[in-house]
Amino acid sequence: QFSLFRFTVKRLFGTSHPSVDSKEIKKFQLLAHKWWDEEGEYSALHSMNDIRVPFIRDTLLNMSSNYHLGNPLSGVKILDVGCGGGLLSEPLGRLGASVTGIDPLEDNIRTADQHKSFDPVLAKRIQYKSSSLEEIVEESMETFDVIVASEVVEHVADLEMFIKCCSRVLKPEGSLFITTINKTQLSYVLGIVVAEKIMGIVPEGTHEWEKFVPPEELKRLLESNGFSVKTVNGMLYNPLSGSWSWMESTSINYAMHAVKSGARGQSSSTDTLSELESEQPSTTAGTAV
Amino acid sequence: TSAVMAVAGGWGRLRLAPLAGRLRAGSRPPLRSVAAAAAPLYDVVVSGGGMVGSAMAAVLGHDIHFHDKKIALLEAGPRKECDHMPDSYSNRVSSISPGSATLLSSFGAWDHVCSLRLKPFQRMQVWDACSEAMIVFEKDDLDDMGYIVENDVIMSALTKRLDAVADRVEVFYRSRAVGYTWPLPSHSCDTSPWVQIELADGRRLQTKLLIGADGHNSVVRKEAEIKNIEHRYDQSAVVATLHLSEATDNNVAWQRFLPTGPIALLPLSDTASSLVWSTSHEHASELLGMDEESFVDSINSAFWSNVNHSDFIDTAGAMFRSAISLLKPLGTAVRQLPPSVAKVDPGSRAMFPLGMGHATEYVQHRVALIGDAAHRVHPLAGQGVNLGFGDIACLAHHLSAAAFNGSDLGSLKHLLKFETERQRHNVSLIAAVDLLKRLYSTRLAPLVLLRTWGLQATNALPPVKVRI
Repeated sequence: QFSLFRFTVKRLFGTSHPSVDSKEIKKFQLLAHKWWDEEGEYSALHSMNDIRVPFIRDTLLNMSSNYHLGNPLSGVKILDVGCGGGLLSEPLGRLGASVTGIDPLEDNIRTADQHKSFDPVLAKRIQYKSSSLEEIVEESMETFDVIVASEVVEHVADLEMFIKCCSRVLKPEGSLFITTINKTQLSYVLGIVVAEKIMGIVPEGTHEWEKFVPPEELKRLLESNGFSVKTVNGMLYNPLSGSWSWMESTSINYAMHAVKSGARGQSSSTDTLSELESEQPSTTAGTAV
Repeated sequence: TSAVMAVAGGWGRLRLAPLAGRLRAGSRPPLRSVAAAAAPLYDVVVSGGGMVGSAMAAVLGHDIHFHDKKIALLEAGPRKECDHMPDSYSNRVSSISPGSATLLSSFGAWDHVCSLRLKPFQRMQVWDACSEAMIVFEKDDLDDMGYIVENDVIMSALTKRLDAVADRVEVFYRSRAVGYTWPLPSHSCDTSPWVQIELADGRRLQTKLLIGADGHNSVVRKEAEIKNIEHRYDQSAVVATLHLSEATDNNVAWQRFLPTGPIALLPLSDTASSLVWSTSHEHASELLGMDEESFVDSINSAFWSNVNHSDFIDTAGAMFRSAISLLKPLGTAVRQLPPSVAKVDPGSRAMFPLGMGHATEYVQHRVALIGDAAHRVHPLAGQGVNLGFGDIACLAHHLSAAAFNGSDLGSLKHLLKFETERQRHNVSLIAAVDLLKRLYSTRLAPLVLLRTWGLQATNALPPVKVRI
């Protein structure tokens, strides 16, 4: 039984490494205006919202005792790393969160800004910045309750640095949500050979199998950098129905939830930990999760 | 300046651009974002404040995931509400199924209905004028099969529930929508992605989702260029409020199929019933024009007379019945006799033409149709408003889930799920009602025999009856 999987072009990540691969940037440049076509190149990312948004929402609701009717994520400050056109930032904003979306590609940020501008509620709740993760670390120490890095870490040059940066901008006991692709024979056959070379669904060369991250490796990196991994779930894409579902096996796509430990000074660097207010123009007077 | 020109052009030419599939590629430019920004933006606008439109707005207003959302209801007529009902009954009533009652109680409307007035019934007897064939519907435990409620009572209850969520649901009375401007497909980012609505008094609204609940001549449906399969029956329905000859446990709904159309007596109280008589246009006008005594005589004769029986059919029917009773001794239920009518409420006689209709699509990008805007049936099965309430329950379920997922409410993804579920349910029922109407509109012996035996068999078969 050979099931076909289709992967879409992944959004570029907020890199921890100053030199973002310009080749990767060029690939995404061409598709910068295609983000919001639900039936287009990014359709699988649109339908991924059907499982990743409830995953984030329910995990956070379970951890919190506050519930604001109609706005389950009210008061939560979220950083969406590699936000692309804002596909994930917008639903999170609609659920009440204050979202900061960063992406190194200016065209993506422009698309995202324009799309949110028509909805006054979203325009207030979401702020986009063309930036890498490293660039905002200095001004955003321990600012965010939640970081979401969805379909991003498989494009990162230095994963450990990325995780360290996440740790710095995350509040103690804050949550980190990652969705990415495993590095297995199966993911090579389906994700690269079939999706790119045979079916031509993903532009050839979009993914490098070498950069795929096995969950064990991700877990190890997280736990040696002050995180505690709480959940790992496999994800499955059905190209016939165009929909995602959860599955036991993490051999292709998977999602991970980790929590930063509560004690201060976990980072190996000598940064002083100061509770700076976020410099983003949008502020919500909300309680931390 | 270009923005002003666009606005002026928009006001001058409100006919809609041709549509290409579900995601429209308009040939005339939609409003620029600057001009459009002035109009207030709602999450959902329901166009049409009848029973179905008002209930839709009320259900969403009471949904916890819509707590911080903005909903608007547009109604062309004035506000309808009364704390107590007038002594006389209104001539427009509906048969409310238990499922619809459940929906209404989910947001507190059913309590209001019960505090005003309604009549539960436990039994339905349906029989043929051309034969002895009869079918009786009742629940095993003699639970209520349904409720006869005046439409005014339902509207009053709905208005009260809308008042209770006035911070979320804004009702615009005496506001008719005269034009809709549809957005381009979602991925063209430079123009307003919302539906623009223009009211008769010049006010404008914008919305992320427009729900068309504006009846069988739906303007929303027409402007969205959704094809509608429709057929005008050569029948009109005559309604009236009747007083019975004597007080009785009026808990049975009666319907007799005459060759000219079905006549139904729906209980309102122990002494009063509502008439719904579907018949030819000429006969309907005659009935309206008659003096009260003749009118009452026509009704009684319609229920009691056997003039349409033929010996052949009677014998064939009797034979079939004895055959059944051999196989299934308790197969046929007891035939009850309908009450006789003594008086009609003066001024309560009215008529309206009948037809059937079904929209080929219930949804488009940022648009959904519910109630008679989506489908119209013959009243012979008492299903009309119940189908509408069923639409509401389904659409509200999908919108609630979409809101809890942070989705764009106007997205086709969940709207299509609503369409699939409801079309699956509605199409077979509408087709069956239409078929019944045609089957029972004849005196031709073969068809009468067919429906006689069919009715008798159905009456004897519990599984089939329960499904109905």
